[in-house]
Amino acid sequence: MSQVPALKVTDLRKTIAGKEIIKGLSFELYPGEVFGFLGPNGAGKTTTIRMLVGLIRPSSGSIFISGKNVQTEFTAAMKHLGCIVENPELYPYLTGWENLEHFARMDPSIPRKRLDEVIDLVGLKLRIHDRVGTYSLGMRQRLGIAQALLGNPQLLILDEPTNGLDPAGIREMREFIRFLAEKEGLSVLVSSHLLSEIQLLCDRVAIISKGQIIRIDTVSSLLEEQERVEWKAEPVDVAKQLLAEETDVKLGDNGILITPHVEGKIADWNKKLVDRGVKVKEMKAKLPALEDLFLELTGGEHID
Amino acid sequence: MINLVYNEQLKLFRKKRLFVIILIVAFLVPIFTYAQYKQVKTTEERLGTTDWRTQLQQEIVDTQNRLSSSRLQEDIRQFLKVRLTQQQYYLDHNINPNAPGAPTFMRVFAENSIGLLLPLLVMVIAADLVSSEASGGTIKLLLTRPVKRWKILLSKYIALLLSISFIVLCVAILTYGISGLVFGYGGWSMPMLTGFTSKGEELITTGVHLIPHWEYILMEFGLVWFVCFVVGTLTFMLSVLLRSTAAVMGIMLAALISGVILTNMVSSWHSAKYLFMVNLQLTNYVNGLKPPIEGMTLGFSIAVLLIWALAALIISFFTFTKRDVY
Repeated sequence: MSQVPALKVTDLRKTIAGKEIIKGLSFELYPGEVFGFLGPNGAGKTTTIRMLVGLIRPSSGSIFISGKNVQTEFTAAMKHLGCIVENPELYPYLTGWENLEHFARMDPSIPRKRLDEVIDLVGLKLRIHDRVGTYSLGMRQRLGIAQALLGNPQLLILDEPTNGLDPAGIREMREFIRFLAEKEGLSVLVSSHLLSEIQLLCDRVAIISKGQIIRIDTVSSLLEEQERVEWKAEPVDVAKQLLAEETDVKLGDNGILITPHVEGKIADWNKKLVDRGVKVKEMKAKLPALEDLFLELTGGEHID
Repeated sequence: MINLVYNEQLKLFRKKRLFVIILIVAFLVPIFTYAQYKQVKTTEERLGTTDWRTQLQQEIVDTQNRLSSSRLQEDIRQFLKVRLTQQQYYLDHNINPNAPGAPTFMRVFAENSIGLLLPLLVMVIAADLVSSEASGGTIKLLLTRPVKRWKILLSKYIALLLSISFIVLCVAILTYGISGLVFGYGGWSMPMLTGFTSKGEELITTGVHLIPHWEYILMEFGLVWFVCFVVGTLTFMLSVLLRSTAAVMGIMLAALISGVILTNMVSSWHSAKYLFMVNLQLTNYVNGLKPPIEGMTLGFSIAVLLIWALAALIISFFTFTKRDVY
């Protein structure tokens, strides 16, 4: 792609108290893309995000937001950024409207009518003049996004955006983020420790563990690679030979045969095995696939 | 910048801090007014209400007698002359020196609250200015705006100075307004003695002269504002350094109260005069009261306080702009 990346991170490192927490991250985000940041708790997601938004000074490496260096052109870079770091903590003693006004006042380039626009966008019109202290978590989350969108940013960074939301709220949030990326052309960086979330929401994903990116790829190719079916059949040799005629077969532990998961083909393969007198004892689709990949890549590190 | 200061003022206002402080002052002033009123009544009963003129007359005669004595030292003579002018003024203008008007009450209130009460009120405003943003997490939203960090801190500091000025002004207005109901609103041009200096154990009276009461009060309120500014700046620094508002208040409270205690017992510990909390009683220099430690003067105390405030400001801005926010 020839456009300026919305976010370009090069060899980002952070050392805290002599310990390297972030060990050289590099990645790019392009306009209209939802990028997932996936890793177990303590992998360095939040530290990285805080460096991206200028709250923590990196030990080395560079961060460019829409071509502006966060460290040397802070104000210019921040104009292109909207973010929620962890929970959207707004002033509980002010109303939603006053909170937005407060943040709009900090950037004179934001026109007054932008407030109404973002309030419409997040659907908070009815309660906007109530005190934030009386808001539900979902409404606070939406107000948080409203304040992040105030400056018409090209890059939106959301740290655990679905944390603490109920299932309906999670789906709503997901649809909203997709809408922002597809219709408004924003680049969105989302961090999460929930695999299912990332899988449904993101175009590309970076898997991070112990301060390093283990893998960056599109979600679809990661999933394709990982979706598979496990077969337990007797005799194994015959089953393997028969399946090999149809697809790739690997012999796993305990005589388990592993094939890719191809929708609509599994039944045919099974029929073929049965027709040749192979006893199929067990067939198991391995889902969710990203989880396996994750465990494989991180060597079984715990996620929740 | 104006927008940023406006934001900070709005938050202060909405947290109702200023309101509570004004309420505290409005509650205390009538109590003190009543106490003062009782005191005046007692004095009147002892002396007799109609007799104060005779009493003053007697005092003037005494002073004149002492002045005519030939063995008098020159500086004492000087002092007595000034004192005589003051007493004569009281008599000529029909002012009872024992029955104060509202301006006198203002002055006494300022003198008594400069060391502890007003610094405490200022502390309440300044303590959570930055630490509440840190503990509430809103600092993350504040610092990810296209605004440099030093500007954000400066806007908070300006908001603090405005609030301090507002508090001092309100104290002046409330004390005058409320006590005036009881004591009357007159007495602005009453002459006051000032210009005392101390040398060693002695109080030097050579520089003593009279200034009108309003000028005296203005001077004292200026000093009150200055003390509040210094205490506010120090609290502000703690607020930047600590996340917990309670810790900020605790430390400041301990410092201020220890200052009050120390003032009464440090006369032989000379290096204690460099501590900010024993230097807060600035109005005592104007009054001619002996300083807590030998060698302390108005200029010295102001310099010490200014250095503390300046150091606090530098530390605040340095840490705030450099620090990693978690």
